[in-house]
Amino acid sequence: MSEEHVKSALRGDLVQIHKVILTPEQRSPDIPACTKGVPYEAWIKGFLLEDEARIGDAVRIETFIGRELSGTLAEVNPMYTHNFGKPQPTLLSVGMEAKKQMGRGRRSSHEE
Amino acid sequence: MKNDASYSSVMSRKNDILKRSVGINYQEFEISPLAFDYERMMNSCGYSLSDVQKIQQETGVGNTPLIELKNITELVRSVSSPGKGGRIFIKDERANPSGSFKDRRASLSVYHASRLGYKGVVCASSGNYGAAVASQAAKRGLKAIILQEVYDSRKVGQPEILEKTRTCEAYGAEVWQVTVGPELFYVMLRTLEETGFFSASLYIPTSVLGIETLGYELAQQIMKQEGRFPDMVVIAHAGGGNVTGTARGLQKAGDHETVVVGASVDLRGLHMASDYDFNRKSFTTAHSGFGIPFLTWPDRTDVPRNAARGLRYLDQYVLVSQGEVFYTTELLAKLEGLDRGPAGNTSLAAAIPLAQKLNQDQILVVQETEYTAAGKLPSSQLTFAEENGIEVRQGDPKDNVPGKVIVIPERVEQIHVEELDLDKIRRSYVKHAIEATGMHRPKEEDILFLAEDSRSPIEFIRKTLNSLNIEVLT
Repeated sequence: MSEEHVKSALRGDLVQIHKVILTPEQRSPDIPACTKGVPYEAWIKGFLLEDEARIGDAVRIETFIGRELSGTLAEVNPMYTHNFGKPQPTLLSVGMEAKKQMGRGRRSSHEE
Repeated sequence: MKNDASYSSVMSRKNDILKRSVGINYQEFEISPLAFDYERMMNSCGYSLSDVQKIQQETGVGNTPLIELKNITELVRSVSSPGKGGRIFIKDERANPSGSFKDRRASLSVYHASRLGYKGVVCASSGNYGAAVASQAAKRGLKAIILQEVYDSRKVGQPEILEKTRTCEAYGAEVWQVTVGPELFYVMLRTLEETGFFSASLYIPTSVLGIETLGYELAQQIMKQEGRFPDMVVIAHAGGGNVTGTARGLQKAGDHETVVVGASVDLRGLHMASDYDFNRKSFTTAHSGFGIPFLTWPDRTDVPRNAARGLRYLDQYVLVSQGEVFYTTELLAKLEGLDRGPAGNTSLAAAIPLAQKLNQDQILVVQETEYTAAGKLPSSQLTFAEENGIEVRQGDPKDNVPGKVIVIPERVEQIHVEELDLDKIRRSYVKHAIEATGMHRPKEEDILFLAEDSRSPIEFIRKTLNSLNIEVLT
């Protein structure tokens, strides 16, 4: 995939748009200062309705349920990036310790 | 004519928008600005328990296995006093179509929306409920819009919620990923107004009636297997629906004796609307940030009268720490061969110390599990926690500090529950009820309602009002 393709999209491509829903001034009065100081934003995925667009352009999309929405083009063919994380040293021994506690601990060969 | 979309203007149209989107006229059930007829509201949609069972069968919801956790029970007994260590059973709710008990809630609400002629449903949920609504909508041929609080202002997303975006999109929903803030409600109102869709709120009667089958099934399953009802049922508690629906289901099965315990993950000290705190918690649901406020005032929600009213049903309410739940999740996989999501194991973590107090012939049922996936596993949650400056270590879970330190227990006997004083919560509930409804001079009917709604004696309500210097009109 070329760099150019990632920065631009054609009609029908899966893209993600960005919208500022409320500016800091427009936000609810009853929220902590750290939240009140930043805009209230949203990202939504759908299929591009413009013939061609680049990241940052104002665009329209058709969402998965067929609604038309508009916003700023944020990403093209957005990927799911969440993962399984790193093995956790604090958890790796839990099962073995529990089995030992139950008198079922498997002794390794060097202990025999 | 296009409606004014400004924050204040949309919020001022709140009641009209909600009335149209849930098809319920809440005024019908009101006795006073404070009191209302709860049972009449619950019965108003006209679904009996057997209707709900039939509706759920159509989309493959319910009838989940009940599994005895013999190995965890044995482990618990190894650290209990002689003769102690009740038998632990778990209801494997992960067997539902989208992987959690939330399918029960969504199934009835989505069916109801379809029956009333709505073309689609809108749901504000960052958790399993959103996935359940998307899944049920797919099966019933309705459109679904799921609104999720996902990101902080750096666009860093909680992995468990990112997984929920993926799964909702897998079911064909339009997903709005928004930043932290209570304005999610504003987005919901605007979306409902623009689409005319049904609001699949967690707090409408159908969303709670759908869970009654869970309590009913587990009581029947234990009865069939053991010839009696369970001694204790432990239920993860957040907005109150899980406790309310399950307890009502137990009662409908004829089980009025079982001790109903609510359990939440302790996140006290973290502000739920804080952009800064948002990614310093590993649990996005079943935590005290919802659990406590929803008990002290259930009507702080997106409908005028919440159908989920935990205080009516709880016998005990306990907190466990994040580290204890991760540890328990690991135990469930290693000892019982059940690799399940951590949030669904909140009640199992609480069950470990609770079972130690029960006799060996007593039965404790943990009433849920949930699916697990990338983003949900303890390893992905703890990796994310460390990336966000949280210290993760082994030790005594009493040293856990929400938002700062996650302590994974070294041994099973270190798991403990902190029991919260329900009377203190009831007093706070009374105070909130008076303040929120402006009923500073309540009448007898209000006293009766407060007593019923908090499951406390009338005398207790009078004393509480007295301590708040509130005069009762006779």
